[in-house]
Amino acid sequence: MRIILFAAAALLATPALAQKPAKAPPPPHPGAEVYQNVCQACHMANALGGEGAGKIPALAKNGGLEAAGYPIMVVTGGKGAMPWFRGSLTDTQIADVINYVRSNFGNKYKDKVTPAMVAEQGLPAPRGAEGPR
Amino acid sequence: MNLAKRGPTRREVLHAIGLMAGTTVLYQAMEALGHAKETQFAGPPNLQGARPGARVVVLGAGLAGMLAAHELAKAGYQVQILEYNNRPGGRNWSLYGGDTYTELGGATQKVGFADGNYLNPGPWRIPYHHRALLHYCKAFGVALEPFIQMNQQALVHSAKAFGGKPMRYRELHADWDGNVAELLSKAIDNRALDSVMTKDDADRLRLALRDWGALDQNFKYTKNYRSSRRRGFERAQGGGVLGEPIPSDVYPFKDILDSGIWRVVSQHMSIDHQHAMFQPVGGMGMIGRGFARQVEGKIKYNQKVTAISQQGGKVTVTHTDTGTGVTGTTEADYCVCTIPLSVLSQIDVDCNPALDAAIKAVPYSNSVKIGLEFKRRFWEEEEAIYGGISFTDREISMISYPSGKLHSDGPAVILGAYTFGPASYKFAGMTPEERIARALDQGSVFHPGRYKEEFIGGATVAWSRVPFTLGCCAMWNEETRKEHYQTLVAVDNRLVLAGEHASYVGCWMEGAILSSLDAVTRLHKRALEA
Repeated sequence: MRIILFAAAALLATPALAQKPAKAPPPPHPGAEVYQNVCQACHMANALGGEGAGKIPALAKNGGLEAAGYPIMVVTGGKGAMPWFRGSLTDTQIADVINYVRSNFGNKYKDKVTPAMVAEQGLPAPRGAEGPR
Repeated sequence: MNLAKRGPTRREVLHAIGLMAGTTVLYQAMEALGHAKETQFAGPPNLQGARPGARVVVLGAGLAGMLAAHELAKAGYQVQILEYNNRPGGRNWSLYGGDTYTELGGATQKVGFADGNYLNPGPWRIPYHHRALLHYCKAFGVALEPFIQMNQQALVHSAKAFGGKPMRYRELHADWDGNVAELLSKAIDNRALDSVMTKDDADRLRLALRDWGALDQNFKYTKNYRSSRRRGFERAQGGGVLGEPIPSDVYPFKDILDSGIWRVVSQHMSIDHQHAMFQPVGGMGMIGRGFARQVEGKIKYNQKVTAISQQGGKVTVTHTDTGTGVTGTTEADYCVCTIPLSVLSQIDVDCNPALDAAIKAVPYSNSVKIGLEFKRRFWEEEEAIYGGISFTDREISMISYPSGKLHSDGPAVILGAYTFGPASYKFAGMTPEERIARALDQGSVFHPGRYKEEFIGGATVAWSRVPFTLGCCAMWNEETRKEHYQTLVAVDNRLVLAGEHASYVGCWMEGAILSSLDAVTRLHKRALEA
């Protein structure tokens, strides 16, 4: 009963709220979409990773991200179980997503990665990759 | 090399393809020309004469591990298997109604499928030439049934063709062959092939094209009885007054090109997808269970391996019971390690630095599978689709109709997604509920008015979030194969690795089996020489 009353109150309140001049939401970080479409498959939406027989490292509050060259190397070339993403992501997407992770999830690194840095420091995609059939 | 003077030899063609496209394509071309062989299997190894009391610890109770344990036990070794999961099989696995599955990140699914229905999250089909796996299925009493891979009554969908309407595979395939045959016969008429063929051979080819492409007497692919015998009639043959069939229109070749049908056709020409294919009766997990019966009492479940030592003339494996949290060790003279490299690369392995580098050099691919259960087999009852696969250029890539219990009543499970590449990451990043909803939405293009309406429930496995593998299978490439493969498979002191990752039949169960047989054969030889 209480829930219904609350819902009714919310409905009544809505028009009043709508009349207030709405502040436009900030545009989403260009790296957020890359993170959602790629990284969170393993590192999770909250960037906390996971642990089973092995571990998927947390990207949240990750001191390893301090030197931007490190994530550039890992995202382009892969590391352990993580495959390389050179070739499937553009240098711009790689720069965007690294910037996104380095400035979110409790990471507060100020310096920015540029596509040019990815082009220069990134590892090349290998040839002849195999996969599920 | 002057191709105009004399036709290129097969060898020259293969060399040229190899130069242009690399070995993967070369291998595909070799398959097409009949040079590639079936996988290597000369029969079980029949190992004998282990030193009395010699012990082997096997890490992982997947197919490679259980087979290694079985063959080594037969040879006289004392064998202990340590397994992370609470069940045998590893990636050989089926999810049934009543099963619970928790992926990394904590999302838990309680599978609600009806009795006997299942999703195969990993392997789901067995090529006829995977002789080693087939041998052990028979030896271990695993009943197999046909897996229907190709079904011309199934559908092919592309957003780029036919206004996004799914078309019958049969019609597109017939029209592809017919149009290609007509074009090639035109090329012969225009003497475009004179430089590479004798007049006699060109005449023979022209006649062959008429047969192959169902062309008419004028070498045209047109609407008639002949083409409709392939693509189907507008009104099918019947009895009595309206028995006479009415031929169907053929589609314009541009639309056929837009549909990308050749991709589906060529996939079915690959030796991995040619008929006959098999599946175990009752789900792929039956193979894991069959293997487990051979090593009964030898598997210790819920064991997370944290270290492998080779010090002091023995192998010492440190492992923690995931239920009790108790850490202990298991000692043996030798170790067969089948832990996927994605996990093994995080374990402290006491081995040659080159092997350590190899273990850390191979990343794992990703894929997502989604099972969708429906109230009834409307695809069979209304569309005469019995097994097989409908293909799409959407993220789900395909839906596969069940090959088992054909023509039965009651709920049935369709494989509603088998994703590759970027789509795998996108799907794996969603919650299980989101994945199922998206698969339902994308797959409904094939069966509008039925797919969403008759849906009961789903189950999904995203391999990047599978706790025991953190991925689908080993993703070798040309460079890593060259640099690390031989090191990875070599016996390292008292340790040998096995699994699909230690084979060239990657991502297939056959690779795990062949790798395991080779590993135990070499390890046994090493043990006898020691």
